[in-house]
Amino acid sequence: MTESTLMLPSQQKNWLDAVRYYTPTIAVAVTVLVLWELLVTVLNIQQFLLPKPSAIFAELIAEFQLAFDTTGSRSILIESTGATLWEAVGGFCLGCGAGILVAFITARWTIISEAMMPFAIAANSVPIIAFAPIMNNWFGLTNPASKMAIVAIIVFFPTMINTVRGLTLVDPLQLELMQSYAARPFKILFALRIPNALPYIFSALRVASSLSVIGAVVAEFFGGPRATLGVFITQEASAFDFARAWAAIIMAALIGISFYLVVLFAERRLMPWHSSLRERA
Amino acid sequence: MAAEAKIKPIVISAKNLYKIFNVGGSDAVTALQNVNLEIRAGEFISLIGPSGCGKSTLLRLIADLTKPTQGELNINGKDPHQARLDRDYGMVFQAATLYDWRTVTKNVQLPLEIMGYPRTVRQHRAQEMLDLVELGKFANHYPWQLSGGMQQRVAIARALAFEPSLLLMDEPFGALDEFTRERMNMELLRIWEKTGITVIFVTHSIPEAIFLSSRVVVMSPRPGRITQIVENNVEYPRMFETRETPRFFEKVTEVRELLRDAHLEA
Repeated sequence: MTESTLMLPSQQKNWLDAVRYYTPTIAVAVTVLVLWELLVTVLNIQQFLLPKPSAIFAELIAEFQLAFDTTGSRSILIESTGATLWEAVGGFCLGCGAGILVAFITARWTIISEAMMPFAIAANSVPIIAFAPIMNNWFGLTNPASKMAIVAIIVFFPTMINTVRGLTLVDPLQLELMQSYAARPFKILFALRIPNALPYIFSALRVASSLSVIGAVVAEFFGGPRATLGVFITQEASAFDFARAWAAIIMAALIGISFYLVVLFAERRLMPWHSSLRERA
Repeated sequence: MAAEAKIKPIVISAKNLYKIFNVGGSDAVTALQNVNLEIRAGEFISLIGPSGCGKSTLLRLIADLTKPTQGELNINGKDPHQARLDRDYGMVFQAATLYDWRTVTKNVQLPLEIMGYPRTVRQHRAQEMLDLVELGKFANHYPWQLSGGMQQRVAIARALAFEPSLLLMDEPFGALDEFTRERMNMELLRIWEKTGITVIFVTHSIPEAIFLSSRVVVMSPRPGRITQIVENNVEYPRMFETRETPRFFEKVTEVRELLRDAHLEA
Protein backbone atom coordinates (compact mmCIF):
# COMPACT_ATOMS: atom_id res chain seq x y z
CA MET A 1 0.00 0.00 0.00
CA THR A 2 2.54 2.55 1.13
CA GLU A 3 4.84 1.45 -1.64
CA SER A 4 2.27 2.12 -4.35
CA THR A 5 1.44 5.55 -2.98
CA LEU A 6 5.14 6.29 -2.80
CA MET A 7 5.55 5.14 -6.38
CA LEU A 8 2.98 7.52 -7.84
CA PRO A 9 4.89 10.81 -7.96
CA SER A 10 8.00 9.11 -9.29
CA GLN A 11 5.98 7.38 -12.01
CA GLN A 12 4.49 10.69 -13.03
CA LYS A 13 7.95 12.16 -13.12
CA ASN A 14 9.15 9.24 -15.25
CA TRP A 15 6.31 9.82 -17.68
CA LEU A 16 7.21 13.51 -18.02
CA ASP A 17 10.86 12.58 -18.33
CA ALA A 18 9.98 10.20 -21.13
CA VAL A 19 8.09 12.90 -23.00
CA ARG A 20 10.97 15.31 -22.55
CA TYR A 21 13.42 12.62 -23.62
CA TYR A 22 11.65 11.54 -26.82
CA THR A 23 10.25 14.88 -28.02
CA PRO A 24 13.45 16.03 -29.81
CA THR A 25 13.78 12.65 -31.55
CA ILE A 26 10.21 12.74 -32.81
CA ALA A 27 10.59 16.38 -33.87
CA VAL A 28 13.68 15.51 -35.93
CA ALA A 29 11.90 12.57 -37.60
CA VAL A 30 8.85 14.68 -38.52
CA THR A 31 11.04 17.53 -39.81
CA VAL A 32 13.07 15.19 -42.01
CA LEU A 33 9.93 13.60 -43.49
CA VAL A 34 8.29 16.97 -44.18
CA LEU A 35 11.47 18.38 -45.74
CA TRP A 36 11.87 15.24 -47.85
CA GLU A 37 8.28 15.51 -49.14
CA LEU A 38 8.66 19.25 -49.83
CA LEU A 39 12.03 18.98 -51.57
CA VAL A 40 10.91 16.16 -53.83
CA THR A 41 7.84 18.22 -54.81
CA VAL A 42 9.52 21.62 -55.14
CA LEU A 43 12.67 20.41 -56.94
CA ASN A 44 10.58 18.01 -59.02
CA ILE A 45 12.87 15.05 -58.29
CA GLN A 46 12.12 11.97 -60.39
CA GLN A 47 10.52 9.13 -58.44
CA PHE A 48 13.25 6.65 -59.48
CA LEU A 49 15.80 8.89 -57.78
CA LEU A 50 13.81 9.49 -54.64
CA PRO A 51 10.10 8.76 -54.16
CA LYS A 52 8.01 10.91 -51.83
CA PRO A 53 7.47 9.60 -48.30
CA SER A 54 3.73 9.80 -48.97
CA ALA A 55 4.09 7.49 -51.99
CA ILE A 56 6.14 4.98 -49.97
CA PHE A 57 3.61 5.17 -47.17
CA ALA A 58 0.75 4.58 -49.63
CA GLU A 59 2.52 1.43 -50.89
CA LEU A 60 2.87 0.18 -47.34
CA ILE A 61 -0.82 0.78 -46.59
CA ALA A 62 -1.83 -0.99 -49.79
CA GLU A 63 0.32 -4.01 -48.93
CA PHE A 64 -1.06 -4.20 -45.40
CA GLN A 65 -4.61 -4.06 -46.80
CA LEU A 66 -3.78 -6.90 -49.19
CA ALA A 67 -2.36 -8.97 -46.39
CA PHE A 68 -5.04 -8.41 -43.81
CA ASP A 69 -8.31 -8.01 -45.71
CA THR A 70 -10.84 -10.82 -45.72
CA THR A 71 -10.77 -11.67 -49.43
CA GLY A 72 -7.81 -14.01 -49.05
CA SER A 73 -5.49 -11.85 -51.14
CA ARG A 74 -1.77 -11.99 -50.43
CA SER A 75 0.90 -9.37 -50.04
CA ILE A 76 4.35 -10.36 -51.28
CA LEU A 77 5.90 -7.56 -49.22
CA ILE A 78 4.44 -8.82 -45.95
CA GLU A 79 5.35 -12.41 -46.81
CA SER A 80 8.87 -11.25 -47.69
CA THR A 81 9.16 -9.49 -44.35
CA GLY A 82 8.12 -12.65 -42.54
CA ALA A 83 10.56 -14.78 -44.51
CA THR A 84 13.51 -12.44 -43.95
CA LEU A 85 12.66 -12.13 -40.26
CA TRP A 86 12.63 -15.92 -40.00
CA GLU A 87 16.07 -16.14 -41.66
CA ALA A 88 17.48 -13.40 -39.41
CA VAL A 89 16.04 -14.82 -36.18
CA GLY A 90 16.98 -18.39 -37.08
CA GLY A 91 20.54 -17.39 -37.96
CA PHE A 92 20.76 -15.22 -34.85
CA CYS A 93 19.72 -18.07 -32.56
CA LEU A 94 22.06 -20.58 -34.22
CA GLY A 95 25.05 -18.21 -34.40
CA CYS A 96 24.69 -16.63 -30.96
CA GLY A 97 23.86 -19.96 -29.35
CA ALA A 98 26.95 -21.55 -30.88
CA GLY A 99 29.06 -18.48 -30.01
CA ILE A 100 28.08 -18.60 -26.35
CA LEU A 101 28.52 -22.38 -26.19
CA VAL A 102 32.00 -22.29 -27.76
CA ALA A 103 32.93 -19.37 -25.49
CA PHE A 104 32.05 -21.39 -22.39
CA ILE A 105 34.14 -24.30 -23.62
CA THR A 106 37.13 -22.13 -24.52
CA ALA A 107 36.93 -20.11 -21.32
CA ARG A 108 36.94 -23.33 -19.31
CA TRP A 109 40.09 -24.61 -21.00
CA THR A 110 42.40 -21.64 -21.39
CA ILE A 111 44.62 -23.48 -23.86
CA ILE A 112 41.78 -23.75 -26.38
CA SER A 113 40.87 -20.12 -25.89
CA GLU A 114 44.44 -18.98 -26.44
CA ALA A 115 44.60 -21.04 -29.61
CA MET A 116 41.17 -19.92 -30.85
CA MET A 117 41.04 -16.22 -30.01
CA PRO A 118 43.47 -14.92 -32.66
CA PHE A 119 41.49 -16.78 -35.34
CA ALA A 120 38.19 -15.57 -33.95
CA ILE A 121 39.38 -11.96 -33.92
CA ALA A 122 40.78 -12.31 -37.45
CA ALA A 123 37.58 -13.98 -38.67
CA ASN A 124 35.58 -11.18 -37.08
CA SER A 125 37.15 -8.64 -39.46
CA VAL A 126 36.51 -10.77 -42.58
CA PRO A 127 33.52 -9.62 -44.70
CA ILE A 128 31.63 -12.86 -44.17
CA ILE A 129 28.83 -11.73 -46.44
CA ALA A 130 31.21 -12.58 -49.31
CA PHE A 131 30.48 -16.23 -48.53
CA ALA A 132 26.80 -15.77 -49.43
CA PRO A 133 27.11 -17.28 -52.94
CA ILE A 134 28.96 -20.26 -51.45
CA MET A 135 26.20 -20.80 -48.90
CA ASN A 136 23.58 -20.52 -51.68
CA ASN A 137 25.53 -23.24 -53.42
CA TRP A 138 25.76 -25.42 -50.29
CA PHE A 139 22.22 -25.17 -49.00
CA GLY A 140 20.27 -24.20 -52.12
CA LEU A 141 19.30 -20.75 -53.37
CA THR A 142 15.71 -20.88 -52.13
CA ASN A 143 16.40 -22.73 -48.91
CA PRO A 144 16.21 -20.34 -45.91
CA ALA A 145 19.09 -22.35 -44.41
CA SER A 146 21.52 -20.71 -46.87
CA LYS A 147 20.69 -17.25 -45.43
CA MET A 148 20.55 -18.51 -41.88
CA ALA A 149 24.02 -19.96 -42.30
CA ILE A 150 25.42 -16.60 -43.40
CA VAL A 151 23.68 -14.80 -40.53
CA ALA A 152 24.87 -17.44 -38.06
CA ILE A 153 28.50 -17.08 -39.16
CA ILE A 154 28.29 -13.28 -39.05
CA VAL A 155 26.94 -13.18 -35.47
CA PHE A 156 29.01 -16.11 -34.18
CA PHE A 157 32.35 -14.32 -33.84
CA PRO A 158 31.35 -11.13 -32.00
CA THR A 159 29.19 -13.17 -29.62
CA MET A 160 31.93 -15.69 -28.93
CA ILE A 161 34.66 -13.07 -28.45
CA ASN A 162 32.55 -10.97 -26.11
CA THR A 163 31.41 -13.95 -24.07
CA VAL A 164 34.99 -15.17 -23.61
CA ARG A 165 35.94 -11.67 -22.46
CA GLY A 166 33.07 -11.51 -20.01
CA LEU A 167 33.88 -14.92 -18.54
CA THR A 168 37.61 -14.26 -18.18
CA LEU A 169 37.88 -10.52 -17.42
CA VAL A 170 36.86 -10.89 -13.79
CA ASP A 171 38.15 -8.58 -11.06
CA PRO A 172 41.05 -10.52 -9.41
CA LEU A 173 39.87 -9.41 -5.95
CA GLN A 174 36.46 -10.92 -6.59
CA LEU A 175 38.17 -14.17 -7.56
CA GLU A 176 40.24 -14.04 -4.37
CA LEU A 177 37.06 -13.52 -2.39
CA MET A 178 35.70 -16.73 -3.90
CA GLN A 179 39.01 -18.45 -3.14
CA SER A 180 38.80 -17.28 0.48
CA TYR A 181 35.46 -19.12 0.74
CA ALA A 182 37.09 -22.21 -0.81
CA ALA A 183 34.39 -22.04 -3.50
CA ARG A 184 34.41 -24.76 -6.17
CA PRO A 185 34.99 -23.79 -9.84
CA PHE A 186 31.38 -24.66 -10.64
CA LYS A 187 30.13 -22.22 -8.01
CA ILE A 188 32.58 -19.54 -9.19
CA LEU A 189 31.22 -19.99 -12.71
CA PHE A 190 27.60 -19.50 -11.70
CA ALA A 191 27.97 -16.96 -8.90
CA LEU A 192 30.69 -14.81 -10.46
CA ARG A 193 31.77 -15.50 -14.05
CA ILE A 194 28.35 -15.76 -15.68
CA PRO A 195 26.83 -12.65 -14.04
CA ASN A 196 30.07 -10.86 -14.88
CA ALA A 197 29.74 -11.96 -18.51
CA LEU A 198 26.09 -10.94 -18.96
CA PRO A 199 26.75 -7.28 -19.89
CA TYR A 200 29.36 -8.44 -22.42
CA ILE A 201 27.01 -11.07 -23.85
CA PHE A 202 24.12 -8.64 -24.18
CA SER A 203 26.20 -5.97 -25.86
CA ALA A 204 27.18 -8.66 -28.39
CA LEU A 205 23.56 -9.75 -28.80
CA ARG A 206 22.46 -6.18 -29.47
CA VAL A 207 25.06 -5.82 -32.21
CA ALA A 208 24.15 -9.29 -33.49
CA SER A 209 20.44 -8.44 -33.70
CA SER A 210 21.17 -5.61 -36.15
CA LEU A 211 23.81 -7.60 -38.00
CA SER A 212 21.45 -10.54 -38.49
CA VAL A 213 18.85 -8.47 -40.42
CA ILE A 214 21.58 -6.80 -42.49
CA GLY A 215 23.14 -10.20 -43.16
CA ALA A 216 19.86 -11.79 -44.21
CA VAL A 217 18.87 -8.95 -46.59
CA VAL A 218 22.30 -8.66 -48.20
CA ALA A 219 22.54 -12.44 -48.57
CA GLU A 220 19.20 -12.31 -50.41
CA PHE A 221 20.68 -9.82 -52.87
CA PHE A 222 22.72 -12.78 -54.15
CA GLY A 223 19.49 -14.60 -54.92
CA GLY A 224 16.71 -16.34 -53.05
CA PRO A 225 12.98 -17.00 -53.13
CA ARG A 226 10.71 -14.27 -54.56
CA ALA A 227 9.12 -13.55 -51.21
CA THR A 228 12.16 -12.23 -49.31
CA LEU A 229 13.02 -8.57 -48.73
CA GLY A 230 16.41 -8.64 -50.48
CA VAL A 231 14.95 -10.21 -53.63
CA PHE A 232 11.90 -7.94 -53.41
CA ILE A 233 14.08 -4.82 -53.28
CA THR A 234 16.29 -5.88 -56.23
CA GLN A 235 13.29 -6.85 -58.36
CA GLU A 236 11.20 -3.74 -57.68
CA ALA A 237 14.24 -1.54 -58.22
CA SER A 238 15.01 -3.14 -61.57
CA ALA A 239 11.32 -2.73 -62.51
CA PHE A 240 11.62 1.00 -61.68
CA ASP A 241 8.97 0.69 -58.96
CA PHE A 242 11.01 2.58 -56.43
CA ALA A 243 8.20 3.39 -54.01
CA ARG A 244 7.74 -0.38 -53.52
CA ALA A 245 11.49 -0.93 -53.14
CA TRP A 246 11.56 1.79 -50.50
CA ALA A 247 8.56 0.26 -48.76
CA ALA A 248 10.57 -2.97 -48.47
CA ILE A 249 13.54 -1.03 -47.10
CA ILE A 250 11.23 0.44 -44.47
CA MET A 251 10.05 -3.05 -43.54
CA ALA A 252 13.66 -4.22 -43.24
CA ALA A 253 14.41 -1.26 -40.98
CA LEU A 254 11.33 -2.02 -38.89
CA ILE A 255 12.25 -5.64 -38.26
CA GLY A 256 15.84 -4.62 -37.52
CA ILE A 257 14.72 -2.06 -34.95
CA SER A 258 12.09 -4.38 -33.42
CA PHE A 259 14.62 -7.17 -33.07
CA TYR A 260 17.07 -4.79 -31.39
CA LEU A 261 14.37 -3.59 -28.99
CA VAL A 262 13.42 -7.16 -28.05
CA VAL A 263 17.04 -7.89 -27.12
CA LEU A 264 17.28 -4.60 -25.23
CA PHE A 265 14.09 -5.43 -23.33
CA ALA A 266 15.44 -8.88 -22.43
CA GLU A 267 18.65 -7.24 -21.22
CA ARG A 268 16.77 -4.89 -18.93
CA ARG A 269 14.65 -7.67 -17.52
CA LEU A 270 17.61 -9.96 -16.88
CA MET A 271 20.05 -7.36 -15.56
CA PRO A 272 18.22 -4.74 -13.50
CA TRP A 273 21.53 -3.86 -11.85
CA HIS A 274 23.48 -2.91 -14.96
CA SER A 275 25.20 0.46 -14.69
CA SER A 276 24.17 1.76 -18.10
CA LEU A 277 20.52 1.44 -17.04
CA ARG A 278 20.83 3.32 -13.79
CA GLU A 279 20.47 6.95 -14.84
CA ARG A 280 17.04 6.36 -16.30
CA ALA A 281 15.96 3.67 -13.84
CA MET B 1 44.20 -20.12 38.46
CA ALA B 2 42.44 -16.93 37.46
CA ALA B 3 45.56 -15.67 35.72
CA GLU B 4 45.85 -18.97 33.83
CA ALA B 5 42.25 -18.80 32.68
CA LYS B 6 42.93 -15.39 31.24
CA ILE B 7 45.59 -16.66 28.85
CA LYS B 8 43.81 -17.50 25.62
CA PRO B 9 45.05 -20.18 23.24
CA ILE B 10 47.37 -19.31 20.37
CA VAL B 11 45.39 -19.28 17.12
CA ILE B 12 48.05 -18.14 14.68
CA SER B 13 51.72 -18.89 14.91
CA ALA B 14 54.43 -18.07 12.40
CA LYS B 15 57.95 -19.44 12.80
CA ASN B 16 60.91 -18.38 10.62
CA LEU B 17 58.45 -17.49 7.90
CA TYR B 18 59.90 -16.39 4.54
CA LYS B 19 58.21 -15.27 1.36
CA ILE B 20 60.40 -14.67 -1.66
CA PHE B 21 58.85 -13.76 -5.00
CA ASN B 22 60.54 -15.05 -8.17
CA VAL B 23 62.82 -17.37 -6.20
CA GLY B 24 66.13 -17.91 -7.95
CA GLY B 25 65.48 -15.23 -10.54
CA SER B 26 67.58 -12.10 -10.92
CA ASP B 27 64.47 -10.16 -9.90
CA ALA B 28 63.91 -12.14 -6.70
CA VAL B 29 62.26 -10.03 -4.00
CA THR B 30 62.29 -10.97 -0.33
CA ALA B 31 58.82 -9.86 0.73
CA LEU B 32 59.08 -11.40 4.19
CA GLN B 33 62.18 -12.43 6.09
CA ASN B 34 62.23 -14.51 9.23
CA VAL B 35 58.82 -13.57 10.57
CA ASN B 36 57.97 -14.89 14.02
CA LEU B 37 54.58 -14.05 15.46
CA GLU B 38 52.06 -15.56 17.84
CA ILE B 39 48.50 -14.33 17.98
CA ARG B 40 46.08 -15.37 20.69
CA ALA B 41 42.33 -15.80 20.42
CA GLY B 42 40.39 -12.58 20.74
CA GLU B 43 43.33 -10.28 20.02
CA PHE B 44 43.08 -7.32 17.69
CA ILE B 45 46.40 -7.20 15.84
CA SER B 46 47.40 -4.43 13.46
CA LEU B 47 50.15 -4.90 10.90
CA ILE B 48 51.64 -1.52 10.12
CA GLY B 49 54.50 -0.31 7.97
CA PRO B 50 55.36 1.52 4.75
CA SER B 51 54.46 -0.04 1.40
CA GLY B 52 56.70 -2.95 0.52
CA CYS B 53 57.10 -4.07 4.15
CA GLY B 54 55.18 -7.27 3.46
CA LYS B 55 52.19 -6.58 5.72
CA SER B 56 49.67 -7.52 3.03
CA THR B 57 51.82 -10.50 2.03
CA LEU B 58 51.73 -11.76 5.62
CA LEU B 59 47.94 -11.42 5.64
CA ARG B 60 47.68 -13.23 2.31
CA LEU B 61 49.89 -16.04 3.64
CA ILE B 62 47.56 -16.46 6.61
CA ALA B 63 44.63 -16.47 4.18
CA ASP B 64 46.34 -19.08 1.98
CA LEU B 65 45.98 -16.78 -1.02
CA THR B 66 49.73 -17.22 -1.52
CA LYS B 67 52.17 -19.87 -0.25
CA PRO B 68 55.21 -19.31 2.00
CA THR B 69 58.66 -19.98 0.52
CA GLN B 70 59.96 -21.33 3.80
CA GLY B 71 59.00 -21.60 7.45
CA GLU B 72 56.04 -22.68 9.43
CA LEU B 73 52.59 -21.15 9.62
CA ASN B 74 49.77 -22.52 11.71
CA ILE B 75 46.17 -21.37 11.77
CA ASN B 76 44.03 -22.88 14.53
CA GLY B 77 46.54 -25.75 14.69
CA LYS B 78 46.25 -26.48 10.95
CA ASP B 79 48.19 -25.51 7.87
CA PRO B 80 46.73 -22.45 6.12
CA HIS B 81 45.35 -24.48 3.23
CA GLN B 82 43.28 -26.67 5.52
CA ALA B 83 42.18 -23.59 7.48
CA ARG B 84 40.91 -22.02 4.26
CA LEU B 85 39.06 -25.19 3.30
CA ASP B 86 37.54 -25.21 6.79
CA ARG B 87 36.45 -21.57 6.30
CA ASP B 88 38.30 -20.48 9.43
CA TYR B 89 38.53 -16.84 8.36
CA GLY B 90 36.49 -14.09 6.81
CA MET B 91 38.31 -11.59 4.63
CA VAL B 92 37.71 -7.89 3.96
CA PHE B 93 39.67 -6.27 1.14
CA GLN B 94 40.53 -2.64 0.46
CA ALA B 95 37.68 -2.53 -2.05
CA ALA B 96 34.27 -3.72 -0.87
CA THR B 97 34.18 -6.31 -3.73
CA LEU B 98 30.42 -6.58 -3.53
CA TYR B 99 28.69 -8.22 -6.48
CA ASP B 100 26.76 -5.57 -8.41
CA TRP B 101 24.10 -8.05 -9.43
CA ARG B 102 23.22 -9.02 -5.89
CA THR B 103 21.24 -6.99 -3.41
CA VAL B 104 22.89 -6.16 -0.10
CA THR B 105 21.33 -9.13 1.69
CA LYS B 106 22.21 -11.46 -1.20
CA ASN B 107 25.80 -10.28 -1.01
CA VAL B 108 25.94 -11.10 2.69
CA GLN B 109 24.39 -14.48 1.94
CA LEU B 110 27.00 -15.33 -0.71
CA PRO B 111 29.44 -17.22 1.58
CA LEU B 112 26.50 -18.98 3.24
CA GLU B 113 25.24 -20.07 -0.19
CA ILE B 114 28.67 -21.43 -1.10
CA MET B 115 28.83 -23.28 2.20
CA GLY B 116 25.41 -24.78 1.62
CA TYR B 117 23.40 -23.25 4.44
CA PRO B 118 19.61 -23.61 3.99
CA ARG B 119 17.75 -20.57 2.74
CA THR B 120 15.95 -19.64 5.96
CA VAL B 121 19.21 -19.75 7.93
CA ARG B 122 20.88 -17.61 5.27
CA GLN B 123 18.19 -14.96 5.36
CA HIS B 124 18.08 -14.88 9.12
CA ARG B 125 21.86 -14.70 9.49
CA ALA B 126 22.20 -12.02 6.82
CA GLN B 127 19.64 -9.84 8.56
CA GLU B 128 21.39 -10.37 11.87
CA MET B 129 24.74 -9.32 10.39
CA LEU B 130 23.24 -6.31 8.63
CA ASP B 131 21.69 -5.23 11.91
CA LEU B 132 25.12 -5.62 13.51
CA VAL B 133 26.66 -3.17 11.03
CA GLU B 134 23.54 -1.00 11.29
CA LEU B 135 22.43 -1.50 7.71
CA GLY B 136 19.33 -3.57 8.46
CA LYS B 137 17.13 -1.19 6.46
CA PHE B 138 19.26 -1.49 3.34
CA ALA B 139 18.93 -5.27 2.85
CA ASN B 140 17.16 -4.95 -0.49
CA HIS B 141 19.23 -2.13 -1.92
CA TYR B 142 21.84 -2.72 -4.58
CA PRO B 143 25.49 -1.95 -3.72
CA TRP B 144 25.65 1.05 -6.09
CA GLN B 145 22.90 2.70 -4.07
CA LEU B 146 25.19 2.81 -1.00
CA SER B 147 28.09 5.08 -0.07
CA GLY B 148 31.65 3.77 0.11
CA GLY B 149 31.55 3.44 3.90
CA MET B 150 28.24 1.58 3.79
CA GLN B 151 29.58 -0.78 1.13
CA GLN B 152 32.56 -1.58 3.32
CA ARG B 153 30.21 -2.30 6.24
CA VAL B 154 28.32 -4.74 4.01
CA ALA B 155 31.69 -6.39 3.24
CA ILE B 156 32.31 -6.74 6.98
CA ALA B 157 28.84 -8.22 7.49
CA ARG B 158 29.57 -10.67 4.68
CA ALA B 159 32.91 -11.67 6.24
CA LEU B 160 31.23 -12.31 9.60
CA ALA B 161 28.13 -14.05 8.24
CA PHE B 162 29.45 -17.60 8.59
CA GLU B 163 30.90 -16.90 12.04
CA PRO B 164 34.57 -17.52 11.26
CA SER B 165 36.99 -17.43 14.21
CA LEU B 166 39.30 -15.03 12.36
CA LEU B 167 38.68 -11.75 10.60
CA LEU B 168 41.41 -10.72 8.14
CA MET B 169 41.27 -7.12 6.96
CA ASP B 170 43.54 -5.67 4.27
CA GLU B 171 43.46 -1.86 4.56
CA PRO B 172 39.67 -1.99 4.61
CA PHE B 173 39.18 1.72 5.28
CA GLY B 174 42.06 2.99 3.15
CA ALA B 175 39.78 4.38 0.48
CA LEU B 176 37.45 6.22 2.88
CA ASP B 177 37.62 9.83 3.98
CA GLU B 178 38.94 10.65 7.46
CA PHE B 179 35.53 11.17 9.13
CA THR B 180 33.99 8.03 7.72
CA ARG B 181 37.13 6.16 8.64
CA GLU B 182 36.94 7.22 12.31
CA ARG B 183 33.29 6.20 12.47
CA MET B 184 34.12 2.86 10.87
CA ASN B 185 36.87 2.35 13.45
CA MET B 186 34.35 2.84 16.27
CA GLU B 187 31.98 0.47 14.56
CA LEU B 188 34.66 -2.18 14.09
CA LEU B 189 35.73 -1.96 17.76
CA ARG B 190 32.11 -2.39 18.81
CA ILE B 191 31.76 -5.47 16.58
CA TRP B 192 35.05 -6.90 17.87
CA GLU B 193 33.98 -6.43 21.49
CA LYS B 194 30.57 -7.94 20.80
CA THR B 195 31.75 -11.00 18.86
CA GLY B 196 35.10 -11.67 20.53
CA ILE B 197 36.55 -12.50 17.10
CA THR B 198 40.32 -12.43 16.46
CA VAL B 199 41.16 -9.62 14.05
CA ILE B 200 44.26 -9.10 11.93
CA PHE B 201 44.16 -5.67 10.43
CA VAL B 202 46.58 -4.29 7.83
CA THR B 203 46.88 -0.51 7.78
CA HIS B 204 49.31 2.29 7.07
CA SER B 205 47.59 4.70 9.44
CA ILE B 206 49.27 4.95 12.84
CA PRO B 207 46.30 6.48 14.72
CA GLU B 208 44.01 3.84 13.25
CA ALA B 209 46.33 1.05 14.42
CA ILE B 210 46.60 2.52 17.94
CA PHE B 211 42.89 3.18 18.21
CA LEU B 212 41.89 -0.33 17.16
CA SER B 213 44.44 -2.86 18.25
CA SER B 214 45.51 -4.65 21.37
CA ARG B 215 48.96 -5.13 19.80
CA VAL B 216 50.65 -3.38 16.91
CA VAL B 217 53.11 -5.27 14.72
CA VAL B 218 55.55 -2.72 13.26
CA MET B 219 57.15 -3.82 10.01
CA SER B 220 59.85 -2.42 7.73
CA PRO B 221 60.69 -2.94 4.07
CA ARG B 222 63.56 -4.35 1.97
CA PRO B 223 63.46 -7.05 3.14
CA GLY B 224 60.02 -7.08 4.73
CA ARG B 225 60.31 -8.02 8.39
CA ILE B 226 58.88 -7.38 11.86
CA THR B 227 60.89 -4.69 13.67
CA GLN B 228 58.90 -4.64 16.88
CA ILE B 229 55.63 -5.69 18.43
CA VAL B 230 54.09 -2.91 20.53
CA GLU B 231 51.71 -3.73 23.40
CA ASN B 232 48.94 -1.17 23.23
CA ASN B 233 47.80 -0.19 26.72
CA VAL B 234 45.42 2.57 25.67
CA GLU B 235 42.48 1.80 27.93
CA TYR B 236 39.11 0.43 26.92
CA PRO B 237 36.41 1.34 26.17
CA ARG B 238 37.87 3.45 23.40
CA MET B 239 35.69 6.34 22.25
CA PHE B 240 36.03 9.31 19.96
CA GLU B 241 37.67 11.22 22.85
CA THR B 242 40.29 8.49 23.27
CA ARG B 243 42.15 10.02 20.33
CA GLU B 244 42.69 13.18 22.36
CA THR B 245 44.18 11.52 25.46
CA PRO B 246 47.92 11.75 26.33
CA ARG B 247 48.22 7.94 26.41
CA PHE B 248 46.91 7.70 22.86
CA PHE B 249 49.30 10.40 21.75
CA GLU B 250 52.24 8.65 23.45
CA LYS B 251 51.50 5.39 21.69
CA VAL B 252 51.14 7.06 18.31
CA THR B 253 54.50 8.73 18.87
CA GLU B 254 56.11 5.48 19.93
CA VAL B 255 55.00 3.67 16.76
CA ARG B 256 55.87 6.66 14.59
CA GLU B 257 59.42 6.69 15.95
CA LEU B 258 59.79 2.96 15.42
CA LEU B 259 58.66 3.35 11.83
CA ARG B 260 61.03 6.25 11.28
CA ASP B 261 64.01 4.35 12.71
CA ALA B 262 63.19 1.38 10.53
CA HIS B 263 62.97 3.70 7.56
CA LEU B 264 66.38 5.26 8.32
CA GLU B 265 67.96 1.80 8.61
CA ALA B 266 66.52 0.79 5.27
